[in-house]
Amino acid sequence: MSDTLRNRCAIVGIGHTRYTRGTSASTLELQLEAATAALADAGLTPADIDAVMPNDMSDRIAEEFILNLGLEDLAFTSTMHTGGASVISAIQSACMAITTDVATCALVVAGRRGYSEQRVSTTSVRIMPVLATVNEFEKPYGNLVAAQWFAQSAQRHMHEFGTTSEHFGHVAVTCREHANLNPNAYMYNRPMTLADHQSSRMITSPFHLLDCSLETDGAAAIVITSAQRATDLPHEPILISGVGEGHGSPPTSITQKRDITFVEGMHFAGRRAFSMAGIGPHEIDCAQLYDGFTWFVLASLEALGFCGRGEAGPFVADGRIKLGGQLPVNTHGGLLSEAHVSGMNHVIEATRQLRRSVEPQRQVADCETALVTNEGDFHEGSVLILRRREP
Amino acid sequence: MNRAPLPDPSALAEGFWAAARQGRLVIQRCHACGVLRHYPQPRCPHCQSSDWGWTEITGRGVIHSFTVTHQAFHPSWADRVPYVVATVELDDAVRMVTDLDEPAEMVAIDAPVEVFFDRIDDEHTLPRFRIRQPDNADEQTR
Ligand SMILES: [Zn+2]
Repeated sequence: MSDTLRNRCAIVGIGHTRYTRGTSASTLELQLEAATAALADAGLTPADIDAVMPNDMSDRIAEEFILNLGLEDLAFTSTMHTGGASVISAIQSACMAITTDVATCALVVAGRRGYSEQRVSTTSVRIMPVLATVNEFEKPYGNLVAAQWFAQSAQRHMHEFGTTSEHFGHVAVTCREHANLNPNAYMYNRPMTLADHQSSRMITSPFHLLDCSLETDGAAAIVITSAQRATDLPHEPILISGVGEGHGSPPTSITQKRDITFVEGMHFAGRRAFSMAGIGPHEIDCAQLYDGFTWFVLASLEALGFCGRGEAGPFVADGRIKLGGQLPVNTHGGLLSEAHVSGMNHVIEATRQLRRSVEPQRQVADCETALVTNEGDFHEGSVLILRRREP
Repeated sequence: MNRAPLPDPSALAEGFWAAARQGRLVIQRCHACGVLRHYPQPRCPHCQSSDWGWTEITGRGVIHSFTVTHQAFHPSWADRVPYVVATVELDDAVRMVTDLDEPAEMVAIDAPVEVFFDRIDDEHTLPRFRIRQPDNADEQTR
């Protein structure tokens, strides 16, 4: 598999807003705030940016960034339409543009008003091409939202492998424990126990409230440039060592997947990213795994080969994914307990871990290599492997 | 009963909904290789043929998975929570989604189901599924 992109680009700036429930700022204002913070962190100005990657999940467009950041000569823009998988797919596209000299410096930005505007708990039906068959053949039966689609995957996983709700609970509790070491997490200072998880109200079985990611407002952004140019910038460059996306089939409905318990797109994406980076799962020091629902973390651990098929429940039950464990997962708290920033917050946490700039109590010791995942609504996956230096 | 959002049949699936109004369950069958498919697409994913027709199926199968939904994700379902949504795997190796009128404790993976047709209005008849009594139904087939 191609290693053309391996270590050719680096994350040189990261930025984000506060993560809240309730904001007077528009989604665009939140994203501009995050973008400005990322540029400042990179020691760059808007004039240095010649590529912008707006995020699919917020309906923001490149033109708005041109207008508000004064980007007078944009060379490249693209928006990936893979829902929750689109942040890392956008990073891949930015790397392709930079490595081929189409552009030199890219802003990748995400963010939403997930509490103040786009509440998924009371959603209306969205009309998008990818949703055509679900709108026609599933929504008339009340199968309306992602929580219900993945609940059926989780239910089947329990049936086939003996996975339990307590296993899901270990993911939720781990994310919450990590969030309580992260002052920027929305759930900071809000501890939670396995018993709290078990007694939280049922949303759509087997998912309790505490199996579902947060509805929050906020935005996050990163700046990417070539590894060569990155050495002139203030922070130690965090190298993009491996990146990949995967789609799987059929691609427009979870219920039609041959195996609804297997996140096939994530598996393909991981294979590409590991191959590009030239490493395997055992060389990952921490993993920031897209956690729209607790079950995603189990499914991702299996799809990426951190454990065998059906083994993720026991894998998470004995502390392996906690700080200090074999594979610390979501050391910021994840979408479950930090905020739902479409997975960009996972990229930022991995970068911080590799810069060794998080609060000491949640710093992964000797962190050299970090893996990040994104997961889309129909099992599109994307995987990013970051390193702090070439080995 | 309020069932919004009701399907706005796509051109490709018109035959599916028309058959449902007549109390028949049909899916696409590839005329070139014979493979059945659902949801409708213009071409066969196995052989890429665009030559296809509707074929009637029995509408029997088993529950592949399900969820009991307690949250009103859409206002039109607010007065029905909790309700059961299931994915059924039909004997013809295609899957369909249905809601189930059975109480949640009756619903289990691998439980046998059969189709029935729920007429909503002149335009819309939804094929839905219900738990099938195995003995009774199997007797009738023999
Ligand atoms: Zn065919």
